[in-house]
Amino acid sequence: MTRWVIIKPMNPNPEENIILEVRDLKKHFPVRSGFFLRISGWIKAVNGVDFKIRQGQTLGLVGESGCGKSTVARMIMRLLRPDDGLIFFRQDDISRLSEKELKPYRKQMQIVFQDPYGSLNPRMTVGQSIEEGLRIVGTPRGQRRKDRLAELLEMVGMSPESAGRYPHEFSGGQRQRIGIARALSVNPALIICDEPISALDVSIQAQVINLLKDLQDRLGLSYLFISHDLNVVGYLCNQVAVMNKGYIMEYAPAEELYAHPQHPYTQTLLAAIPDVDRDQKTDLQLKEGGGVPGPPPEGCVFQEFCPKGDAACRQADLPLRSVAPDHLVRCWKIENDESVRMTPND
Amino acid sequence: MNKEILLSVDNLKVHFHGAENSVAKAVDGVSFEVGREETVCLVGESGCGKTVSALSILGLINQPPGEIAGGRILFAGEDLLQLEEEDLQHIRGNRIAMVFQEPLTSLNPVFKIGDQIGEAIRIHKKIDEDALHRRCVQLLTDVGIPSAEERLNAYPHELSGGQRQRVMIAMALACDPELVIADEPTTALDVTVQAQILKLFGALQQKHRMSVLYITHDLGVVSAVADRVYVMYAGIIAEQGKTGHIFGNAKHPYTQGLLASLPTRAKRGRRLYSIPGTVPDPAHKPPGCPFHPRCPHAVQSCREQYPQMCDYGGGHQARCPVLFARDRK
Repeated sequence: MTRWVIIKPMNPNPEENIILEVRDLKKHFPVRSGFFLRISGWIKAVNGVDFKIRQGQTLGLVGESGCGKSTVARMIMRLLRPDDGLIFFRQDDISRLSEKELKPYRKQMQIVFQDPYGSLNPRMTVGQSIEEGLRIVGTPRGQRRKDRLAELLEMVGMSPESAGRYPHEFSGGQRQRIGIARALSVNPALIICDEPISALDVSIQAQVINLLKDLQDRLGLSYLFISHDLNVVGYLCNQVAVMNKGYIMEYAPAEELYAHPQHPYTQTLLAAIPDVDRDQKTDLQLKEGGGVPGPPPEGCVFQEFCPKGDAACRQADLPLRSVAPDHLVRCWKIENDESVRMTPND
Repeated sequence: MNKEILLSVDNLKVHFHGAENSVAKAVDGVSFEVGREETVCLVGESGCGKTVSALSILGLINQPPGEIAGGRILFAGEDLLQLEEEDLQHIRGNRIAMVFQEPLTSLNPVFKIGDQIGEAIRIHKKIDEDALHRRCVQLLTDVGIPSAEERLNAYPHELSGGQRQRVMIAMALACDPELVIADEPTTALDVTVQAQILKLFGALQQKHRMSVLYITHDLGVVSAVADRVYVMYAGIIAEQGKTGHIFGNAKHPYTQGLLASLPTRAKRGRRLYSIPGTVPDPAHKPPGCPFHPRCPHAVQSCREQYPQMCDYGGGHQARCPVLFARDRK
């Protein structure tokens, strides 16, 4: 495995107001087997991920289960250490910082998890859960802290009296609101939402989506919105990155991506969403994957399922190339023009 | 609807008895019909009673704590609720089959999938081992599993989520059922796999001339598969009609609210409508129309009177007299 070279932190486009940028992020997990649990192989969970999030905007990270999107979230939060690649928060590379050095950044980035049941401590009252964050940012005990707690609960549309109750007394949607209030307690600039509405009922999903939008308008928050639901992402996000098997396959502004999807994988995903507004059904062009899931062949990770896949797709080191301004695609079959750019930063 | 009716559920009531004499009326007077070769969707949010309705058809409600408090379930003219357990067994898995949501927990991890598919056939049909084997291979091939012969010897953990759901479908088809009840069969799957399974289901349904009762919370899936739709809320049918009625011309405030609250690209930049409040606790349902606390059109009578089904013609009915009266003006 390649080891990293220390690169001087730098932000190539300071005028763009980028809050988070990841470059060539990688995480490989060892597969151990046998009596001594020797490493017998590697699962390349994240293998080539680049994107930027602008201040006050939302980037949607879409992909199917197992594509590595949650691993990306965990690396950005530094709950996992990346094997390779850079993570810039504003100007600073945080990918190699020690736990102690990370502390000031942790307050500025928070995460809201999918499962509103599993992510709140059942033995702590809602108030106690949220107060942990307030203690960390140094809100003084007593009335000031109480006021702030009430303010946070009101911000997410809950009554201040909820503070004394326990998580089991609340519904799924309310628990997700509590999770959001807890994330807000440290005044973050960026919130990573890892499938925040997938576990909720349809009528409750809209409430949480509206809440996220309101908070963004009010507090100027930036979001990394991780989801498998292209409908929600198309509604909510400014930029969309489509992930498959550890790679960003396509990366474009939301309108552009939905209007002109270039990658066959994105096209497949879009064709597969059942859409209540669409009258006639698009026929799904997807080769059936054969047999057992095994290590992917060299080259493009989608080639086995791709309607356009052929021998050309086996070439290694497939880059993310520009097909239009701000529109990047990782596909050998797409004609590249003269203005090919290897990464979004060149 | 001119087709012959295969299943008719009439005023079904299922209650669950909880602690301190509380009674949760999970299904509170539900009626629906499934015609031959028809796909009917029961759609609703968690706790609306859609799964309980389906389980009652197969006699799979544990009694106690459950209790079938009333109603009839006519399947090909026979009332399933009056049958002895032994007679019901001849129908369950044979003439009516079920596909569950979670394929990993519904398959037995310690048996090979070939044995699990063969089990239902062995129970219901007189068949020798050779023919049984051929039948299992045929079934697996039908549901699109490659090298079926070898796959019969696989254990559930060796298959992907989509393949497991295909195996579940093969099991359901094993005895050529007249009706398949599919309870959220694609909810746990990725969208591309979901699309494949839905396509497969449609093809198999035509080939085997089955009826399908499809239970889901996903309106997108409903629009893709259903001939007719029943929208459930808090144990009652709020609205029913052809798929076009429900998606193009919804007449119940709950259905309208659900459709308006779906995030789609077309609604970008606009605020989503959201139905205020939450689904009521089945043990403490509000009096009158169970939807009135969340309804933008609620008037005094909604709080007092149980709403009647109002007929819009062509099989389209909605349980909201307020909007019906407004519509007729």
